[in-house]
Amino acid sequence: MPSLKDLKNRINSVKSTRKITKAMQMVAAAKLRRAQEAAENARPYAERMEAVVNGLAASVQGSDTAPRLLAGTGSEQTHLLVVMTAERGLCGGFNSSIVKIARYRAQKLIGEGKTVKILTVGKKGREQLRRDLGDHLVGHVDLSDVKRVGYDNARAIAEDVLGRFAAGEFDVATIFYNRFQSVISQIPTPQQIIPAPVPEDAEASALYDYEPSEEAILEDLLPRSVATQIFTALLENAASEQGARMSAMDNATRNAGDMIDRLTIEYNRSRQAAITKELIEIISGAEAL
Amino acid sequence: MADTLQFDLVSPERMVVSVAARAVRIPGAEGDMTAMPGHTPALTTLRPGFVTVETDSGEDQRFVVTGGFAEVGAESVSVLAERGMPGAEFTQDVYAEIVAEARAKLDDAPQEHMDMLAKLVADLQALATESGLRPD
Repeated sequence: MPSLKDLKNRINSVKSTRKITKAMQMVAAAKLRRAQEAAENARPYAERMEAVVNGLAASVQGSDTAPRLLAGTGSEQTHLLVVMTAERGLCGGFNSSIVKIARYRAQKLIGEGKTVKILTVGKKGREQLRRDLGDHLVGHVDLSDVKRVGYDNARAIAEDVLGRFAAGEFDVATIFYNRFQSVISQIPTPQQIIPAPVPEDAEASALYDYEPSEEAILEDLLPRSVATQIFTALLENAASEQGARMSAMDNATRNAGDMIDRLTIEYNRSRQAAITKELIEIISGAEAL
Repeated sequence: MADTLQFDLVSPERMVVSVAARAVRIPGAEGDMTAMPGHTPALTTLRPGFVTVETDSGEDQRFVVTGGFAEVGAESVSVLAERGMPGAEFTQDVYAEIVAEARAKLDDAPQEHMDMLAKLVADLQALATESGLRPD
């Protein structure tokens, strides 16, 4: 049976925890709004880029001179997994859900006899993957100093990935990130970026005059398209992270509230018991006289 | 046929401008082109330069782009620029940053990309001169 003083201490400590989680929830809510705005502002560019690249890709597909970023290297032996997670924890299952699908994919590929290389973006993913897939980690991008992800961050990652591709380090690249659905739901998504996947229903946009040639444009566009997809993923991830943190902290705040109620009841009971005990002692003392 | 076309300038981070225009001059990689309503659909890559828009009210608006591509249609022109900003935001500091980045790339570029990047730097310098900045 904890003493009254212990209970009082515990109530106070839970109360200050609740203050912290409440504050974190509000900060996450403010950041979420900004992150969502950023994601929305970036959408027109990404959508048009995708439409143009798909149109071009459909018309160039199958030709011998198609760029390698589109046609691939002709092999599927080495896979690069780009795992994007947060720099910070305390955001519910956000990091572990990405790591989980990435790990599952990695193990499946290893089981098929493929070579797997992992590039991590964000500290948390690296920490979790290092335990069992440490040998496969080939690089890490640190974004802990970045307050708001910008296109420059995405371009730096894209240049890293494209450099590795040009050096023949891998054949297929896939990014893993959380797609923002709502505050309570973020969907971990794998997305292949190299070679560029061409949707089945893509129509060749043969109507255009190309200046310079289709392939020259595609050569120029594909690296940009990779950077754009990474940028979109980073923004979605940022919004998801704040959303996940917001709901995790909301839960924590509520749990802390419940705990305080429970402890307060226990505290009151103990106090009452002590008072009753003292009264009994006084009364029986008086009767003995 | 409409006498204006829809002009959109988008950069990866935001939509810079979206207006109705009578004509748009685009700094294509293989020479400038002017798009007016009814233009044949075309797709071109860009070199650093000015995109000049003649708006519906007849005034000219200038925007600086540093590369990317433009999609021209009969009723719309979309410029997807790596960086795009109104002419007034293109200051010496911004220029210095962009050109330093281009030079850094030129320094460690493989031989086959040398010419392209050297041209990029030259285009940027020409752009600076035209905006009244020091092209150093």
